[in-house]
Amino acid sequence: MHELSVSSAVLDTVLKHAAGRRVTVVSLRIGHLRQVVPDSLAFYFELVSRESLCEGARLEQEYIPAVLRCEACDREWDPEDAWFACTGCGGAGEVIAGNELEVESIEVEEAACTA
Amino acid sequence: MHRVKVRVVEDALDANNTIARANRDDFDRHDVTVVNLMSAPGAGKTTLLERVLGGLGDVRAGVLEGDVQGSYDADRLASLHVPVTQLNTDNGFGGECHLDANMVRSALPALPLGEIDLLVIENVGNLVCPAEFHVGEDARIMVSSVTEGEDKPLKYPLMFRTCELVLVNKIDLLPHLEFDMERFLHHLDAVHPGVPRMLVSARTGEGIDAFREWLLELPARREVPA
Repeated sequence: MHELSVSSAVLDTVLKHAAGRRVTVVSLRIGHLRQVVPDSLAFYFELVSRESLCEGARLEQEYIPAVLRCEACDREWDPEDAWFACTGCGGAGEVIAGNELEVESIEVEEAACTA
Repeated sequence: MHRVKVRVVEDALDANNTIARANRDDFDRHDVTVVNLMSAPGAGKTTLLERVLGGLGDVRAGVLEGDVQGSYDADRLASLHVPVTQLNTDNGFGGECHLDANMVRSALPALPLGEIDLLVIENVGNLVCPAEFHVGEDARIMVSSVTEGEDKPLKYPLMFRTCELVLVNKIDLLPHLEFDMERFLHHLDAVHPGVPRMLVSARTGEGIDAFREWLLELPARREVPA
């Protein structure tokens, strides 16, 4: 349900970097831990981008699996297996991948250089 | 027309975080400690505040009430004689379901920062979106009531991971429920190992003294950014 908030934040970031140019593609990197549903994000992005320079832009979403590392014993694991407590020593897991909510790149239209 | 790829590599929440830092600077300048209080709707945030804000001694508290609509919570807190500022989120798309840094920023002129030491921001009741948006707080407290069941930490890990204190509320109802506290705490430790937690009842006052102590000690613990 937070895909509406996320898509608004994505749109703001994209429009800032588009600097007035029409946007045709938006490429995102989204970590597993953000709990974003791809179809839902695409639905809301289409909605919030209407009547903006992003209207009709293709949304590409790269999924980043989560990886945790134990702060005590350096063991790495996927939280799908054992959540956030280390399977070796019970220590707390530090997130080293999976928290991404990143606009990686955009594709924009530019007038052909006539010089 | 031709198409060019522009490398961005920016977190979509950076814009929010930048405004959150500006809020934090303003709070720091006035030496105000800020708590972001979050929970599902109906977990008892306002009742907890009614219980705890009365007995803070020399610490002058204020509340920023975030609601989609109305001022019911602010009206309830008015009797405590603490300054309460209402922030409604319903001018967004059907009403924003959370507070973000910009909304809090817009409310700053209405907050008596020079006259308070502790600001409690009561977020919109929601276990999802508020977790994503920092507003400039020193600490996040989340309230989970026993009527919500034992599995909530596993269903909303981002919310349970992002807070510094978990209040397990409505424990006076435990005799009437099949809530397994041990199981809940096991789930809590699975998503946020060792996070401080307190078992409380806003209705009977059980555990409230410990929560009040935690709040009173917060200014000394807070990290002032370099």
